[in-house]
Amino acid sequence: MAIAWGRGGGLMVTGGFFAGATLLLPLASGPEPERLAQIAPGAAWTVLALSALLGLERLFERDFEDGALDLMAHAGLALEFTCALKCLGHWLATGAPLALLAPVAAIALGASPALAPLLFACALAGGLAFAFTGGIGAALSLGARRGGLLTAVIVLPLFVPPVIFGGGALDAFTAGLPWRAGFALLGAYAAAAVALGPLAMAAACRNALS
Amino acid sequence: MTFTLQIEDLALSRGGRRLFSGLSLRMEPGQACAITGANGSGKTSLLRAVAGLCAVDSGRIAFGDADPASAQASSLHLLGHLDGLKASRTASEELAFWTGWQGGTPSAMAAAVRRLDLYRLLDLEVRRLSAGQRRRLALARLLSAPRPLWLLDEPLSPLDARWRAEAQEIMAGHLSGGGLILAAVHDPLPLAALALEITA
Repeated sequence: MAIAWGRGGGLMVTGGFFAGATLLLPLASGPEPERLAQIAPGAAWTVLALSALLGLERLFERDFEDGALDLMAHAGLALEFTCALKCLGHWLATGAPLALLAPVAAIALGASPALAPLLFACALAGGLAFAFTGGIGAALSLGARRGGLLTAVIVLPLFVPPVIFGGGALDAFTAGLPWRAGFALLGAYAAAAVALGPLAMAAACRNALS
Repeated sequence: MTFTLQIEDLALSRGGRRLFSGLSLRMEPGQACAITGANGSGKTSLLRAVAGLCAVDSGRIAFGDADPASAQASSLHLLGHLDGLKASRTASEELAFWTGWQGGTPSAMAAAVRRLDLYRLLDLEVRRLSAGQRRRLALARLLSAPRPLWLLDEPLSPLDARWRAEAQEIMAGHLSGGGLILAAVHDPLPLAALALEITA
């Protein structure tokens, strides 16, 4: 149930954006295979982070506008748990499919297929971090006009660590260096976001409602 | 366990402006109270405060001996201007979602659908419903998950004459079962035993 509520038909938009951006990159940066292969993992990773921003704005806003958030806040589950479910639903609806797309995109850009499992794992963990930190931004910007812009401004700094950790792990793997540390940091960041994000989201929602 | 509501010396403000202060009310099972007051006097805010959605300046809201937080979570319904129904989903999806969310049973939901004559509307998207039909769908939510206290904000306003009468019958049925109704209204509510006028 919560899954159905978390998504707002966002998959097509997010997936389309991801595919479009991946398609435009070789057109913009020149088609030399060596150069593309060099930046492929990083590019796929960056586009993934930006795609995660797209659906965020609607995560709480529609429920806020039509009064559903009122009913969710006072009835049934604790608001923290509701927020966590909504983010989880958002992740399942957009983050998980993107995690499947990301290795495909990277390989299409010329990255080594050996990278695919790590990129998939990074995208899964990173998507979780993006969904739960992004939810904080979405909840904080409730009630503001042009909330999407505010969400992006709040959320981008929070997206920096997972992008660095994930990108570092991917770079290290490509260069044949130990990559586990970067991946572990990414996982730790995702775990912290999942644990602490809902508390912040619920507080922000209560503030917006009162 | 009987469910009661006590409001003592309540003061509320919104956006830095004091709406009212010194408001008190006691309600016993089977009682309804009609809240009247000018536009912007704080009727909706009072309902939201009772539901625990907005903070009070001073005073106390209690539900007998029950723990306020759990009473707010599981013993009251709030029906406001915003009905929380998603325009792009069908009426039956929405009703089933909220029934599950609020701990109702499928049989209670079926009874609510019968009572409010929603059969023909169930397959329609909520956006296709008229304002009155939407309100009937929202009222069905009250019946599909039985809870003692109903907080209603202008419950009758979009309804036609027939459904106003039906809705009043539904409310009377709720009261006779020991329920409580706190309603913000402009037109007098015939079944209300108590009246509360909010003045600044």
